[in-house]
Amino acid sequence: MKKAAVSVLLAATLCAGLLVGCGSSSGSTASEETAQTETAESTDAAAETTETAEAAETTGEAGGVFKLGGTAPLTGAAAIYGNAVKNGAQIAVDEINAEGGAVQFELNYEDDENDPEKAVSAYNTLKDWGVQLSLGSVTTKPMEATSTENFADRIFALTPSASSTAVTEGKDNVFQMCFADPNQGTASADYIADQQLGTKIAIIYRSDDVYSDGIRQKFEEEAAAKGLEIVYSGAFTDATSNDFTVQLGEANAAGADLLFLPIYYQPASLILQQAKEKGYEFTYFGVDGMDGILTLEGFDTSLAEGVMLLTPFNADAEDERTQSFVQKYQEQFGEVPNQFAADAYDCVYAYKEAIEASGATADMTAEELCDLMIQTFPTLNFDGLTGDGITWDSTGAVSKSPKGMIIEGGKYVGL
Amino acid sequence: MKSIKTLFAGKKRDTVISFGIVILAFIIVQIMVATGNISSSLKGQLVPICAYVVMAVSLNFTVGILGELSLGHAGFMSVGAFAGIVATTSLADTIPFAPLRLAIAMVIGGICAAIAGVIIGIPVLRLKGDYLAIVTLAFGEIIKNIVNVLYIGQDGKGLHFSLLEQGFELEEGGKMIINGPMGVSGVAKISTFTSGVVLILITLFIILNLINSRTGRAVMAVRDNRIAAESIGIPVTRCRLLAFVISAAFAGMAGTLYAMNYSTVTATKFDFNTSILVLVFVVLGGLGNIWGSIIAAALLTILPELLRAMNDYRMLIYAILLIAMMIFNNSGIKTRLLEKRAAKKAQKAETAGKEGA
Repeated sequence: MKKAAVSVLLAATLCAGLLVGCGSSSGSTASEETAQTETAESTDAAAETTETAEAAETTGEAGGVFKLGGTAPLTGAAAIYGNAVKNGAQIAVDEINAEGGAVQFELNYEDDENDPEKAVSAYNTLKDWGVQLSLGSVTTKPMEATSTENFADRIFALTPSASSTAVTEGKDNVFQMCFADPNQGTASADYIADQQLGTKIAIIYRSDDVYSDGIRQKFEEEAAAKGLEIVYSGAFTDATSNDFTVQLGEANAAGADLLFLPIYYQPASLILQQAKEKGYEFTYFGVDGMDGILTLEGFDTSLAEGVMLLTPFNADAEDERTQSFVQKYQEQFGEVPNQFAADAYDCVYAYKEAIEASGATADMTAEELCDLMIQTFPTLNFDGLTGDGITWDSTGAVSKSPKGMIIEGGKYVGL
Repeated sequence: MKSIKTLFAGKKRDTVISFGIVILAFIIVQIMVATGNISSSLKGQLVPICAYVVMAVSLNFTVGILGELSLGHAGFMSVGAFAGIVATTSLADTIPFAPLRLAIAMVIGGICAAIAGVIIGIPVLRLKGDYLAIVTLAFGEIIKNIVNVLYIGQDGKGLHFSLLEQGFELEEGGKMIINGPMGVSGVAKISTFTSGVVLILITLFIILNLINSRTGRAVMAVRDNRIAAESIGIPVTRCRLLAFVISAAFAGMAGTLYAMNYSTVTATKFDFNTSILVLVFVVLGGLGNIWGSIIAAALLTILPELLRAMNDYRMLIYAILLIAMMIFNNSGIKTRLLEKRAAKKAQKAETAGKEGA
């Protein structure tokens, strides 16, 4: 009995210790936040004087501190995407706030563990916090759940990375920063046909992933239209994503010369490795999920030599903005940003542009902002890291041109 | 005065407390909603809490009353969820009144889960203890995998089913209801807190009455000593199967309620993690203790959200609190508290007895 009492006590102290630890850290962030808002306010005051000059140019007096919020898998298996998005958005917000313009942002990301139930809870937490403009969710299924809430609550959402069409379907206030899945499939098939990269195509895709299966379906349709021959199509699921020898063997037996991989880079890295071990030689073609394969820990980058992919973002691009973004990201987070981070970065800047164009102010309610954003986004012509001249149609789908990349010498090179 | 005392005595006490908690919680929440004091975070969790409470109560019936450890309860929730979705979607035009549609969907979800319960129960209940637990675990995974390859679509001609591959073409204007591994998207949300509370009350009414009935006593006799129960003529297999199937049916209804609260559902949500989570509710609330399950389910569903302020430490603290609660539940402190209370009661009774004399 004594032992049990002692163990309860120990657990309690452990808890208390943690609470104290957290308390102090959250306290410090809180003070940082107030400091930030204070500086924001002071810059606001400074900006106000210049604003009067600017006001003539913009339609109204855009300005104030806008509350941006999103849900992301910050823990669990999909945490790599969630944290990339959070970090990318944070860099953009820090830049904008440091610049001290009229439009300032406050960013809040809540963990959704890649679970629709948790995502809705996280979304509601953000609502309590007073989110005005939403960055939606990072992954597709949680975004399908939260976008319904966005639609019902009239809070505008711009998701950096949830790519399924179900996210935007029938919701006038949900927009995407990434390509919708079908577009990627169609674009990939077009690219392969136009560049004559292969004639006999095999596909390995993940059947329990909306992203992967969505791209596969559209790819097959477009491939048929373009006269490409698909000799093999092999599925795997999350539970069977460790061994691809069967699919690779069948693809090889079917005489495929090009392997289309509409999947994320982790299983793709295994496919490359296992194909090498078996001695199969394919041309590999991936989509934006393949981006990031070179920074995967413990991955032999020589395996990825010659892999082609369509992606909107290239961390090795020469332009100044990309370079400064990559540099900042590396300084703060110690890794090369992937396209998820870049998409999130663009989201924040797209919001800034839309706010300036529409003359929205931070004292507007989320609903008023929502109406303004619905009007403004289709009129934008936005230049970001993931493409120039990005436009949206009124359904919320983005239009930007994917860049063809090939991996040469351990780097992405534009095709 | 006397009647209130008898209400709180013996078996009736549990019943009164169970209903009391639910009705009180419902009234408090309604007042909070009416006065606008409720946070969106809590409001969004009301329906999942109701679903988990029903799950916990129904699993408690299997684990606490029947005495069999089931690790596949989320499988029945899954059956109920997807059956309910198919029902509400296909009935959307016939019955536009949402609460009635939800009720019918729940009944259909419950029936489908009960059928699954019979199919699983017949082979499973031949086993005991650890073996039964592991086989139920396997069945939960089988249900998950079957739903993962299930394609159901609807068009002008009615419903179309196929397994493994989408083996049908839908007419113009038709739509997929369950799209294989991608699950369900774009469901109309029709679950409400009130419907959740009604479901809890129905579940409590049936399960508590069952526990205190002839059948319930037979089930408990089987739990305590199977040979003795058999020897006095209790049909053991029938009792076990009955309890298992009823438990499955309520899990199915909870599944329908849960699914109708989100616009998207996938089969992977109902994996064995969810089964274990519900088992944790039951164990923390106390085996066989129905109102304990209600409180534990509500508490442990809210807790991770309350801990959001802790950021990165959230899940760690959740786990530590869970350990602490389990230890407390099983510790000397609690026993001593209970002993003290019992002693006080005895003393009171004694003095009362003396006064009476």
